[in-house]
Amino acid sequence: MSASWLRQLAFGVRLACRGGVTGWTRVALTATAVGLGVAFLLLAASVPNLLEARDTRVAARVDDGQGPDLPDGILLVVMTDTEFRGVTIRGRLLQPLSATAPTPPGVSALPKAGEMVVSPALDELLAEPGGALLRARLDYRVVGRIADEGLAGPGEFAYYAGGDQLDGKAGVRRLAAFGDPSPGPGPDPRLILMAVVAFVVLLAPVAIFIAAAVRFGGESRDRRLAALRLMGADLAMTRRFAAGEALAGGLLGLGVGAVIFLAGRQLVDRFTLWDISAFPADVRPSLPLTALIAVAVPALAVGVALGVLRKVAIEPLGVVRRAGQGRRRLWWRLLPSVAGLALLAPMLAGLVDTDGQLARVQVGGGAVLMLMGVATLLPWLVEAVVRRLGGGGLSWQLAIRRIQMDSASAARLVSGVAVAVAGAIALQTFVAGMESAFTDATGADLSRAQVTAALDEGATPARAREISGRLSATPGVRSVTSVAYTDVELPDTDDYSSLVVGSCAELRELARLSRCRSGDTFIVEGARAERDTVDPAEPPRPGARVTALGTGWTIPATATQVKARTLPDGSTWNRTILATPAAVPALAAKPLRLQYFIDLDQTRPDIGELVRNTAAQVSPMMAVYGIREVKVDSKFSGILRGTLVGTVALLLLIGTSMLATMLDQLRERRALLAALTAFGAKRGALTRATLWQMAVPVVLGLVPAVLAGTALGVALLAMLGFPLHVSLTQLFVTVAAGAGVVALVTLASLPVQLRLMRPDGLRVE
Amino acid sequence: MTGDAPLLTARDLSKAYGTTRALDGVSLDVRAGEILAVMGPSGSGKSTLMHCLAGIVRPDSGELRYRDRDLIAASDAERSALRRGEFGFVFQFGQLVPELTCLENVALPLRMEGVRRKEAERRAAYWLERLDVADVAGKRPGQASGGQGQRVAIARALVTEPSVVFADEPTGALDSLNGEMVMRLLTECAEQSRTAVVLVTHEPSVAAYSHREIVVRDGRIRTSAGSAR
Amino acid sequence: MSLSHTLLALLERGPRHGYDLKQEFDAQFGQDRPLHYGQVYATLARLLKNGLVEVDAVEHGGGPERKRYAITTAGVTDVEEWLSQPESPALYLHSTLYTKVVLALLTGRDAAAVLDAQRAAHLDLMRTLTRRKTRGDLADALICDHAIFHLEADLRWLELTSARLDRLAEEVRS
Ligand SMILES: Nc1ncnc2c1ncn2[C@@H]1O[C@H](COP(=O)(O)OP(=O)(O)O)[C@@H](O)[C@H]1O
Ligand SMILES: [Mg+2]
Repeated sequence: MSASWLRQLAFGVRLACRGGVTGWTRVALTATAVGLGVAFLLLAASVPNLLEARDTRVAARVDDGQGPDLPDGILLVVMTDTEFRGVTIRGRLLQPLSATAPTPPGVSALPKAGEMVVSPALDELLAEPGGALLRARLDYRVVGRIADEGLAGPGEFAYYAGGDQLDGKAGVRRLAAFGDPSPGPGPDPRLILMAVVAFVVLLAPVAIFIAAAVRFGGESRDRRLAALRLMGADLAMTRRFAAGEALAGGLLGLGVGAVIFLAGRQLVDRFTLWDISAFPADVRPSLPLTALIAVAVPALAVGVALGVLRKVAIEPLGVVRRAGQGRRRLWWRLLPSVAGLALLAPMLAGLVDTDGQLARVQVGGGAVLMLMGVATLLPWLVEAVVRRLGGGGLSWQLAIRRIQMDSASAARLVSGVAVAVAGAIALQTFVAGMESAFTDATGADLSRAQVTAALDEGATPARAREISGRLSATPGVRSVTSVAYTDVELPDTDDYSSLVVGSCAELRELARLSRCRSGDTFIVEGARAERDTVDPAEPPRPGARVTALGTGWTIPATATQVKARTLPDGSTWNRTILATPAAVPALAAKPLRLQYFIDLDQTRPDIGELVRNTAAQVSPMMAVYGIREVKVDSKFSGILRGTLVGTVALLLLIGTSMLATMLDQLRERRALLAALTAFGAKRGALTRATLWQMAVPVVLGLVPAVLAGTALGVALLAMLGFPLHVSLTQLFVTVAAGAGVVALVTLASLPVQLRLMRPDGLRVE
Repeated sequence: MTGDAPLLTARDLSKAYGTTRALDGVSLDVRAGEILAVMGPSGSGKSTLMHCLAGIVRPDSGELRYRDRDLIAASDAERSALRRGEFGFVFQFGQLVPELTCLENVALPLRMEGVRRKEAERRAAYWLERLDVADVAGKRPGQASGGQGQRVAIARALVTEPSVVFADEPTGALDSLNGEMVMRLLTECAEQSRTAVVLVTHEPSVAAYSHREIVVRDGRIRTSAGSAR
Repeated sequence: MSLSHTLLALLERGPRHGYDLKQEFDAQFGQDRPLHYGQVYATLARLLKNGLVEVDAVEHGGGPERKRYAITTAGVTDVEEWLSQPESPALYLHSTLYTKVVLALLTGRDAAAVLDAQRAAHLDLMRTLTRRKTRGDLADALICDHAIFHLEADLRWLELTSARLDRLAEEVRS
């Protein structure tokens, strides 16, 4: 690398900045677009640190308890998580048994009974005028805040309250120290795999986006270079000028990206996604990844610029496009897709362990190649299809001819969208497939009850009746069904069953009883509902000796076999012993676990919150859940929503670059558009031509995108042994989003196009 | 010149762009079949005058009639239709659609009028023949020379058999030999089909192909010297 | 170039002695060939005879008799006609054209009109030549082209002069 070489590079940089107003706008446009991409990349590069910081904090406050045989310095902990208007609140009741009891991270002193420390988010929620209902539930005095290190994220709702008389109650954990002594194996490897795919899917289009941004205003750049050729620059020199110019855009883009990232980071604590929020300080790009970005982005810019130059000949008297030397060849364009499939295939066949480190690289690489395959295939596809298109009206002819003349730019224009859509479809097929595996119809009957409440600490029949009364007295509650039960150990096995104690009326909620009198006992048959996994355990038999609450009890020989009845929440209590109090005199007076099914008047506002408040007054340990018709692993629905949001954001980002490219192309045709209008061409016909000109490549791009995306998604599902499942709705939504962005871009360019059709365009500068 | 009523009648046309008075009270008649040169230094308002006469730009004030139609009151759609059907245009450059073949370019105005593709291209081929550029019919404009391109443009202007062709510096980008050929073909064809030509030029040698000339200076017509014929 | 018209037009600005006329002529047009007195007096004599000028006053001094000449109404009409009549386009016209423009400026007439009339005349000839050229054979075309190119040069000069009329007026009148 000689000095003159460097000088020429530097000259290119200066050239980029001195090209007058257009030169500046071009560099600014490129830098902004590259900057947006870089900011996106930096954000992605921050995810490992972000997750690690979060995991570290969450692991440090784990309070799973360490069993009963603990030394001094014991803290009693009760989990009192609750929900308020859709947000989850993490709650703990703490009671120290000695002065040396541990304090949770982020809390300086344990709250005394009747006091609590809260997270800033919860503090705000409580202070809101709408927080009165919640204040009634969390009826403690706020004495402090939980510091950042005790929270998963800035948006987390959490509190630690001081409790008393917790000792001895069921569900109380005994704790010598916070923190996870033996951290688990980390997240589910399947989730990691999904994250790898998600990254690839999001970043591949960003790379395409950056590449497109580098090409902004390329035609005017080429003309400038041609002028330099006239002044005596040789081809190698023009290449270095171009490289310098691209380098300027790339480096400036890095700077802009850093600024956007740093500015955007300050806003990160305002957003909560899937109940996850992050502290700005957590958003630190990992150093190796940052270094990679800093090198790769300018390198990509220079590479693209030089690649473009390969296809044009910059001659002193102008720019000659090297007209396609024959048709595009298909075979190498298929290589990436084939290679991608080849990488994924061994895992599909189950030859490789999908949990390993290597598998992740393999899956990531396979996904990248599949997506790249869409981008490389597209120019061939556009050319091959458009060559055969003809006929049609004037607008159609204009559009087709234009694509025929330059199918490469047409393909390039939409390849970002195609790759983004392909990636999104892959991810969504994958996630939706996993979701369908984890989603069950619960069989809940919402007309019987909408809310369940559970109290595990144990209650005597008298207290159970009192609780029923208080729940029924809550305004808006129509009826309350209760089940009092305890676990029973079956003889000669490790197996457990349940014993429900209740009146005949109460027992009839659980089983179909033809006759029932006080003193009767029943056994619900072991037949499981069909969808449940097969459980070979036998139901308890009459006459068997079982242990319940530490007391032995023989199931009366008179116990009759009955069939289960589905509870309002969709569950059925199979393999369960049902007994009237008279049949179990020794147990009937003991504290039993309670479950309530509550039927609400759902037209009343905040009725669920009122029930939760009543429950909290009964006991902070009483848990209240809404009954859902479909049980969804909320993680998955969140991820699905997240991918869609991410895809749309990405598509909009790509849309901006498309718009810039399109406006560039339109401006090149200013004189032509004006001349055609002078000829009396209908504006409608010309705008329709533009529309077709976009629509044809988009449709052609979306076809391989759907195919590749679905294939990739299905491959990933098959790899992890999930049932194959393609959600047509998701597919449609994604494709529609892709097409919509293109329509939006076309629409947004219309005002400019209409303006360019005005006679001003006929003026010769 | 024959005494029939003028095709285009302009009275007292004015047009300003901001503070620039591009046209300042211009009156003018264009008669059927006549070739009228509009001369003047650049920036004097020649193109603006042509754009007004052709209904591309609406003047700020004045009267403008084509046959018995009021062009100032006409809507954009009506004026566009008039331009498609009755007028033809030749510009200095940038008027041919680069991705269409020369034949398709010439057929374009007919297709805009709704003529079927086959028929449009048949008529386009005839005009390419007349302008002596049949050999570039299948080529794209970028593959034809400047003079050929300009003749294709003239074929395109004439293919609808308009009553007026507006030509703005049609030889501006050509050398004198090519310019001469273009002008000769343009005026010959126009005279044969009794098409009027409004020929905007600042070059006397181009204006010499006209029947009469007007000179525009600072948005006004200087003389309307009687023609030699 | 017509000396009599030139002197006549100069007189239109006010009565002058023959000597003053020569001085003024030399200053405006005589850059390379100043007038002889003889030419001036001969011309004035002819104008007098034709009734285009008259003797305004005679001064008797020590030297030769000095007559002061003034333009007559007929003389003004004559100047008017001369200026508005374009010259027949011929080669090396410029000195006549220049004189006409300057005199139009000096006498407060529309110099642009002089140029416009000339352009029209030039263009008419060019038109004729162009027609002849397009209808004739190659020899005709070549001959016509020669003439056309010279006319073009004149026209270009007319154009430039039109554009610079304001500056010329300033210089001439100063
Ligand atoms: N669209 C426009 N916007 C602003 N000024 C214009 C526009 N079109 C023409 N002009 C101005 O009007 C004047 C006449 O322009 P034009 O008719 O193009 O002159 P010519 O064709 O004789 O060179 C010029 O000063 C020009 O700058
Ligand atoms: Mg013009």
